[in-house]
Amino acid sequence: MNRRQPPASTAGQPPRTIDRINAGLARRYARERRFRRLGRLAVFTGIGFVSILFIDIFLKGHTAFRQTVIRLDIAYDPAVIDPAGSGDPAQLLRADYFGLVKQALRERFPEATDRRVLRELYRLVSQGAALTLRDQVARDPAIIGTRQSVWLLAGDDIDMLIKGHIDRFTPASSRRVSDRTLAWVDSLAAAGSIDRRFNLNFFLAGDSRQPEMAGIAGALKGSFYTLALTLLLSFPIGVGAALYLEEFAPRNRWTDLIEVNINNLAAVPSIIFGLLGLAVFINFFGVPRSTPLVGALVLTLMTLPTIIIASRSALRSVPPSIRDGALGVGASPLQTQLHHVLPLALPGMLTGTIIGMAQALGETAPLLMIGMIAFIADPPSGITDPATVLPVQIYLWADSPERAFVERTSAAIMVLLGFLVAMNLLAVMLRRKFERRW
Amino acid sequence: MFSFPQIALVLLALSVAGYYAGQRRSLRVASQAGGLQSLHSLPGYYGCYAALWTAVPALLLLLAWLLCRDTLLTRAVILLLPPEARGLPAPQLNLLMNDVRNLAQGNMVSGAVTPALQAAADHYQRFGRLAQQVLLLAVVALALGGAVLARSRISPALRARNRVEAAARTVMIGFASIAILTTVGIVLSVVYESWLFFRQVPAGEFFLGTVWSPQTALRADQVAAAGSFGAIPLFTGTLMVSAIALLVAVPIGLMSAIYLSEYASRRTRAVAKPLLEMLAGIPTVVYGFFAALTMAPLLRSLGESMGLTVASESALAAGLVMGVMIIPFVSSLSDDVINAVPQDLRNGSYALGATRSETVTRVVLRAALPGIVGGVLLAVSRAIGETMIVVMAAGLSANLTANPLDSVTTVTVQIVTLLTGDQEFDSAKTLAAFALGLTLFVFTLGLNLIALHTVRKYREHYE
Repeated sequence: MNRRQPPASTAGQPPRTIDRINAGLARRYARERRFRRLGRLAVFTGIGFVSILFIDIFLKGHTAFRQTVIRLDIAYDPAVIDPAGSGDPAQLLRADYFGLVKQALRERFPEATDRRVLRELYRLVSQGAALTLRDQVARDPAIIGTRQSVWLLAGDDIDMLIKGHIDRFTPASSRRVSDRTLAWVDSLAAAGSIDRRFNLNFFLAGDSRQPEMAGIAGALKGSFYTLALTLLLSFPIGVGAALYLEEFAPRNRWTDLIEVNINNLAAVPSIIFGLLGLAVFINFFGVPRSTPLVGALVLTLMTLPTIIIASRSALRSVPPSIRDGALGVGASPLQTQLHHVLPLALPGMLTGTIIGMAQALGETAPLLMIGMIAFIADPPSGITDPATVLPVQIYLWADSPERAFVERTSAAIMVLLGFLVAMNLLAVMLRRKFERRW
Repeated sequence: MFSFPQIALVLLALSVAGYYAGQRRSLRVASQAGGLQSLHSLPGYYGCYAALWTAVPALLLLLAWLLCRDTLLTRAVILLLPPEARGLPAPQLNLLMNDVRNLAQGNMVSGAVTPALQAAADHYQRFGRLAQQVLLLAVVALALGGAVLARSRISPALRARNRVEAAARTVMIGFASIAILTTVGIVLSVVYESWLFFRQVPAGEFFLGTVWSPQTALRADQVAAAGSFGAIPLFTGTLMVSAIALLVAVPIGLMSAIYLSEYASRRTRAVAKPLLEMLAGIPTVVYGFFAALTMAPLLRSLGESMGLTVASESALAAGLVMGVMIIPFVSSLSDDVINAVPQDLRNGSYALGATRSETVTRVVLRAALPGIVGGVLLAVSRAIGETMIVVMAAGLSANLTANPLDSVTTVTVQIVTLLTGDQEFDSAKTLAAFALGLTLFVFTLGLNLIALHTVRKYREHYE
């Protein structure tokens, strides 16, 4: 940059234009630099938000992948498990296994006798421990009458304490765990009876009211059914519609109307689709509520515009010479499309479809409208079973008051984002691999 | 008992058989008529022709049955009910039939299971089974009939390819029309329920009232108390949250679009653009979680340290996070229009001695303005219709306030709250959700139409 100092104007002479320009240059360059900095700041702010979001979720959620367990000496007392001594499997399933846990806790901390104190003591161990014991006995009934040292799921407050989400140095009045519990936990920890294990349960269990037992298996399965059905419906319909509109349709009022409609539907708020699903699919056609079936119908209508728009642009990118060649050797219009144009446009269509599916996977609001918000503990086993999906599960957990659900929610978000990233990478890879310049 | 998937599978098998039968038939008639070249179409098309005749009529029957099965069964069972039950008024009869259906399907029943109820449920089950068997027979008969008919029609002169292609074309037209059907479905459902709502609550009250408390109207002794369905606080709340979002999104989105398209090196652009667009791919429920559990407490403690009272569910938290979500919409749409401005305009400006920022602000942005306005309008429509962030981070109380630190509620939040509980479907409360939905739909539709129009008009201008 050659910035010249403006020469001192000689008295009496009118200032030359170049002098006036030069006089303003410094100011203008400063503004230029300011503008540029502002732009850079905007980009950094945007990227900063992405990173803050990811870091925040990770910090909140990474601890959910390990779960606190407590080792207790459980006496498999036949008087509790099978008082009649019948060995009847039904009785073995019914028995009060949490009673065994309570007994073991009383033995471990004999100083606790008061009822209130005992109730607090029992909260050290999760209700889910009973299931662990039950499964153990069911697997091997010979264990009854013996005494075993067993690792059991800790209660959610203990889990939070061990993971440091409950600060033990806050005053006892505003802390969720009492000094007494702290002492018990410390004693257990000193004896090496507290450990953190990989939380396999999180991926295998359904939803639960107890945060330490809740898992995403049901939501994952619901999402899988819903998404698979959505794909099955929306891909053929989207490709068919795009083929017709791009290659066969005459230019007339009707096709114009369809065009305007598709563009509009792409921008209609998703919650409106939920209202449509509720009024039309559930109340009018009687499709069962809360099921992957009705969810998939709604999501199909939502993703269709995306798929149609992407498929049309994929079709447009196939050069006309391909069509002319096929038509020239006697193929019918439909043969031309199916045998020559469609295979070339397919990668682009698939890319659009994957992006549409990623949107559908993250969609929440319309599914709330059609009842996929219910508390469902058992994973669905078909498309007409009541189910929930991963984003709705996240919403439900985010609404729960227990502190331990925060980390579960964040962990579920990490799983969801993982799937989304994988799908988008797949789309990018497809595009890279099959992209062709004609 | 045959389930629908099983019947569909049988139909599929029959169609495949029909395909091969048709193909073989065409080869036979061809060899009689003097070789393959005497056929009008390839043998496969005759197969498809036969398969279509096998599948389509039977499929239509199956669909028709699926749609009216419940109505027909219910009618039949009502005829067999004891006379005193048959004489019940329609709503009670509906409840009774609900119980019958639930009992027949092995679900929970609302009251005690009386012998009459049990008998009706048994009838229902028996009719259902019977109907299903008849259906299977009818489907198979129709499929076989279609196949035989198609087979008898196959001759060298039959223009099978044209027939099959015409069918394929019809299907494609049907697929393309689904877009229109969707819009019609949205309009009809929302308009109909809203019409029911406005019969109970006058439209003037809804659009001009300033008190929103739908709960009070549920009590039997209060006939939709005056003013309880005034939606003004909802509209102002929605506008406030959207305005905050746009105040965040438009400057950041626009400036980053300008920087990335006019200043950044190719490498920076290749890295930064996808990173920014990641914001658009994050599900809204994640933003909602972030707004409710990170942004809101942060703002609260910030406000406290400055001596301000910030509601724990403030409009500001929801608006800020929503703004972040909208950044990529603004930036990528602006990016498109900025790139569409011809390079000649920039070169002309440089030749006159303008700096880059002067070129951007005085030439490029002015040329791109209609497109940018269109993009911003789309962003507005996105912000108004956004649901999860406000459901999780904005409040439920309908305050008529101009203070962004207060808690406000929005149209979408109220739709979700009104419809996710367990209410009767035709109470004013649930119907109000549809009236809100209609308002939302009309408003966003208007915005979208204007936005698409400006964007398209602008594009044509330069192309």
